[in-house]
Amino acid sequence: MAALINVPTKAKRGEIIEIRALTSHIMETGFRRTAAGELVPRDIITSFTCRYNGNEIFRADLFPAIAANPYLSFFTVAKESGKFEFEWIGDNGYSSTASASITVE
Amino acid sequence: MFGITAAAATLVRPSMSRAQSAGRIVVIGGGFGGTACARALKRANAALQITLVEPNKVFIACPFSNEVIAGLRGIEAQQFGYDKLAADGITIIDQAATRIDPQQRRVTTSDGPSLTYDRLVLSPGIDFHFDALPGYDDAASEKMPHAWKAGAQTLLLRKQLEAMADGGTVAIAIPANPTRCPPAPYERASLIAHYLKTKKPRSKVLVLDAKDGFPQQRLFEKAWKDLYGGMLERVALSQGGRVTSVDPSTNTIITEFGNYTPDVANVIPPQRAGRIAGIAGATDMTGWCPIDPVTFESKLVPNIHVIGDACLGGGIPKSASAASTQGKACAAAIVNLLAGRSAETPRLTGVCYNTVAPAYGFSLAGNYQPKGDIFVEVEGGATSPADAPSELRAREAVEAERWFQTITADTFG
Repeated sequence: MAALINVPTKAKRGEIIEIRALTSHIMETGFRRTAAGELVPRDIITSFTCRYNGNEIFRADLFPAIAANPYLSFFTVAKESGKFEFEWIGDNGYSSTASASITVE
Repeated sequence: MFGITAAAATLVRPSMSRAQSAGRIVVIGGGFGGTACARALKRANAALQITLVEPNKVFIACPFSNEVIAGLRGIEAQQFGYDKLAADGITIIDQAATRIDPQQRRVTTSDGPSLTYDRLVLSPGIDFHFDALPGYDDAASEKMPHAWKAGAQTLLLRKQLEAMADGGTVAIAIPANPTRCPPAPYERASLIAHYLKTKKPRSKVLVLDAKDGFPQQRLFEKAWKDLYGGMLERVALSQGGRVTSVDPSTNTIITEFGNYTPDVANVIPPQRAGRIAGIAGATDMTGWCPIDPVTFESKLVPNIHVIGDACLGGGIPKSASAASTQGKACAAAIVNLLAGRSAETPRLTGVCYNTVAPAYGFSLAGNYQPKGDIFVEVEGGATSPADAPSELRAREAVEAERWFQTITADTFG
């Protein structure tokens, strides 16, 4: 499943808007063992970034204690029309991106 | 002198009469829990004065009401009265309890007598937590029925399904735990899909779910795949399924990541303990009632016991079966407490049948015991196998019906 993004399609200039981003990921902690006693290797998302017209406006580091399918919600000020870009980076070369447009009036 | 003595005697009398009849128990709520409790108390000691406060003269059972929604059963089959309880010697007050005074140990009813008690049992079931779902309230439920309390709402959802054109979409919004009867929304989705498959085969069921996992998930999902294929779609929490608000004016359901405008919107709102539990002061910040699981006594208010959906039960699901077993265990605890003995540790059992189509049922049975402040599941439980011949599914559907007949006969018969 691709990432889920919720960005308002329209906003007034200066308005505070909520942005939601959810991506499907197992977030395997690296602390669990199989029935045979072997350690299940860690496989988590380690970093999330959101850029608004190229400028980074939000970043989060993620750790093993964060549950599967991490869901982040944050706020920003709608300054200009353009694009939000989202990027998730994780173990084993994991990388995923998504984007959404906004019209600011 | 005589006058003073007489006055003193009058003053003394209330406490004396309380001591003499230390066996007045008021039960609020005539569902599976309260009714089972009232009857178990009377059976244990016929001298106890038991009063059941329940405003509805007719009880409409929730188990099997999904069959009514799907057109497989009449609502009459869900209706039960309190005549047999009255015949047992239980006083029935058909009023709503409006106020509880724990100091005076008194219950006020809407248009009836005030009742004093030695022990009060609250079995008020659930209430809807409308604040947790913006846009939804009683008025909205007339357009987007919850059908989560059986009765007029059940019939309204049925009527909407009947009126819907072939090719329509029925959405079911499911809240996060804790809720009344956790597997029931999935049974409902299945049975609505059955109705649509038989009568309106181009239609669809869309489940918008605030949960990722749910009870008997593998069994449900297998049944959906085998019976309903693409007709039934579920959007889980991690796929953006959590409903955050509704707009009844446009029949719109808003989730964290999208809007849906179905033809029929069955919105099951978040829940909390029945209203009277809050009035009694027995609910905490969760909206539910913390209890001592050995005696069912409220952790917040003395001499009040809470059973059924309203209590914080931990591992024991909020179901008719659990409420009934809790009602009986609570009665046993009260009998011991009134006699000055300590209560015995209850062993509770709960069983839950799900019917996904006629002649296709499966079940979950669990045993529960107190641990700390809650109930935990202990060994001895069983669930139907994920793979089973159709004969077993058919047999379990018959057993489900038999379970309903047994529990309702035990409770009301």
